[in-house]
Amino acid sequence: MSTLNPTIDHADHADHGGHGHDHAHKQSFISQYVFSTDHKMIGKQFLITTLLMMMVGGGLALAVRWQLARPWERMPIFGDTVFGADGGQISPDAYTMLFTMHATVMIFLVIIPVLAGAFGNFLIPLQIGADDMAFPTLNMLSYWFMWPAIFLFGASFFMYGGGPAAGWTSYPLLSLLREAAPGSGDAQTLWLLGLTFVGVSSMMGSVNYMTTIINMRAPGMTLFRMPLTIWSMFITAILQAFALPVLTAAGFMMVADRLLGTCFFVPSGIVVNNAPPTVGGGQTLLWQHLFWFYSHPAVYIMLLPAMGMVSDMLACMCRKPVFGYKPMVYSMAAIAGLGFIVWGHHMFISGMNPALGMTFMVSTIMIALPSAIKTFNWIGTIWGGRVQFNTVMLYCIAFVSMFIIGGLSGIFMAAVPVDIYIHDTYFIVAHFHYVIFGATLFGVFGAIQFWFPKMYGRMMNETVGKIHFVLTFIGFNCTFYPMHMLGIAGMPRRYADPYHFPYLEHLLPLNQFMTASAFLMGMAQFLLLGNFFYSMYFGPKCGRNPWGANGLEWTAPSPPGHGNFDVLPIVYHGPYEYGSPVSGDKDFLMQTEYVPLAQRVAAEEHH
Amino acid sequence: MHWWFPGDGNAYSTLGGKIDDLFYLILVIVSVTFVGTSAALGYALWRGAAIKADEKVWFSHGSHSLEVIWTIVPSAVLLFIALYQLDVWAEYRMKGFAKEKDGSPKIITVVAEVTARQFEWRIRYPANGKPLKPTPQPDDIYSVNELHVPTGGLVSITLRTDDVQHAFFVPMLRVKQDAVPGKMIPVWFDATMPGNYEMLCAELCGWGHYKMKAMLVAQSADDFEAWKDKASAEQFDDGYRKPAE
Repeated sequence: MSTLNPTIDHADHADHGGHGHDHAHKQSFISQYVFSTDHKMIGKQFLITTLLMMMVGGGLALAVRWQLARPWERMPIFGDTVFGADGGQISPDAYTMLFTMHATVMIFLVIIPVLAGAFGNFLIPLQIGADDMAFPTLNMLSYWFMWPAIFLFGASFFMYGGGPAAGWTSYPLLSLLREAAPGSGDAQTLWLLGLTFVGVSSMMGSVNYMTTIINMRAPGMTLFRMPLTIWSMFITAILQAFALPVLTAAGFMMVADRLLGTCFFVPSGIVVNNAPPTVGGGQTLLWQHLFWFYSHPAVYIMLLPAMGMVSDMLACMCRKPVFGYKPMVYSMAAIAGLGFIVWGHHMFISGMNPALGMTFMVSTIMIALPSAIKTFNWIGTIWGGRVQFNTVMLYCIAFVSMFIIGGLSGIFMAAVPVDIYIHDTYFIVAHFHYVIFGATLFGVFGAIQFWFPKMYGRMMNETVGKIHFVLTFIGFNCTFYPMHMLGIAGMPRRYADPYHFPYLEHLLPLNQFMTASAFLMGMAQFLLLGNFFYSMYFGPKCGRNPWGANGLEWTAPSPPGHGNFDVLPIVYHGPYEYGSPVSGDKDFLMQTEYVPLAQRVAAEEHH
Repeated sequence: MHWWFPGDGNAYSTLGGKIDDLFYLILVIVSVTFVGTSAALGYALWRGAAIKADEKVWFSHGSHSLEVIWTIVPSAVLLFIALYQLDVWAEYRMKGFAKEKDGSPKIITVVAEVTARQFEWRIRYPANGKPLKPTPQPDDIYSVNELHVPTGGLVSITLRTDDVQHAFFVPMLRVKQDAVPGKMIPVWFDATMPGNYEMLCAELCGWGHYKMKAMLVAQSADDFEAWKDKASAEQFDDGYRKPAE
């Protein structure tokens, strides 16, 4: 056993990896699987919870699609149970609740927690060579604070009047005055409290990630030897720490307006639904500013970690280094920095000072620059590599190409004059689904396939993975690409029945095609779930490093025991030394692998 | 199938025409970029698939000059797009507040006050020959879900809401503006051709958001005045007729 490279020798005996001293101490079922403080278990808890929530959010989306394809018709299967009082059809107020909760579930219970919660938790200690997070108990709490949120969001449906119905943006006064909408009763209060719990959960994670990444890196793991996944998680954590307090404060202000009679967001003399006129001298636009001051950076919280993970996976699957590592880091930092000064582009036609529209337009269009740099670098990473066309790679390709479409369609809305027309039409719906689903979620699907062996010590099925990819990719594009056309045709969002406007009548067949595609895509997700849970128990076992990757996580056993590494890893290289001339006959060079000086000089001369 | 701009695809306002021009400009830039990057991606993948077993990968950590090129070129293009838009926006939202070149205040006729409420549009016009006052006047003319405006030249409406937030949206004219509780927002636009244009709400305002269906009727200035006289006569007619003697 070489003393210089202690962990790599274990890799050859990977089958025995999991049975070493790691499992020496036995934990009770509760402390191992439920209230676990182990970052890997918490990551898996987050992952499974978010995958199940994804099915819930998807179900809500399919109900929305049903209404758009067959307006006012009896909904099959669930219609009679859920909407029995309305003859099995979706009533207009139920429709507003459906899309509100679809967005809420997908954003707050799926995308944000699956990136930071699941992969952040699982990967940060493993990739920086730490034995756990800096604050394991805080970490456990960050998972368990999700559950009150899930409970509150769920319970809101059973309040008098039904679930929250003011959109996930919850603009006042619709969301604030009880009389304004059926869902603006207690349901909206529960929604705001649920949001606070999600916020607290994210904040606990964010503090933990920053501390861990700054303090607990293994010897030799300098900042610029960190994998881009870690950089993206680090930047995301900073974004969350700065942006979240604003949303939390705004949420409490709205709760106070609703319950205590304050008037932060309520102007005077407003009569809603024949209720007495409001008192107060508040501003409804204040909510929009506070909300988007968080929620625009949140868009990058929903994207950056996926960008980082895809960079890791692309390098590994192309067997060559990431092209322009430092530009990648700097552009993520630029996205995060610029992300704080672009929130006004959600408010171009909201009635704020039109001069602000100009400054926000320039900053918004310029934020496309770091995104473009990243895209070029991804293409540079693939260029000249030995591409492995497995499921992971397919998802990464989909990530890059869908991100190109989603990024380019954003320019239309960033341009204020064009936004006058396409604001609040289906064009924006197309745009953010291309970014959040087409990019982020495809990246997450790839990441699940890629890190699953490290999570469970088994591989996921490639064939099922590829079928899932093809169906999802086709379903996704057939559902969301036509939304650009709907937007250009002037179809507004959040319409329960657009077809009674003569100029939108002809869009019904297109919408029916999109709904059919959406159902295909929805059904395909059962393949992912099936593959996930089947492979967890019956997948073929794998060694420590099934992909031939360089990161520290691949030096640990699969799955890593409590404490992660059998020997403290020492880092000698950056994470992307694939195909390096000094790596001998392998095409990868693990971060822990020491190459003696003589060998490096020889390789250089040979070069 | 017609999956493009509504109607015959043309905008029926001066601003709308400019918006469409900018849209097509961005569309061209974006399409070229999309084709270029996708072709590069596709070519890289095709080469990556064809690489031979004994062939070495291109061991490169990046290229400084490439990074500089693909930072400067896109930023120039993006900056051009951003700056090129500013003028149209200024014309739509800001120049109405500015003074004329000779220093006199700019005058855009305010034709009506449009008040959105759950779930309809209430419109108040001043009587012929009078300006619109912020408070209702005895001889004001009212209509519901039908906004009449004269064609030819800019007109302005004052946009308000009685209750929650709404948005005034006329797709054929490419005009949109949110109506914000507690605010009176001037919206100026022109209609180049007489005709009926559909008008709807574009900001979620409750369960009936989808049914704020209304019509914008653009008429020549003479027809507009005649309509106001007729509407006024109808409105103030109490049904009393002098009995025949």
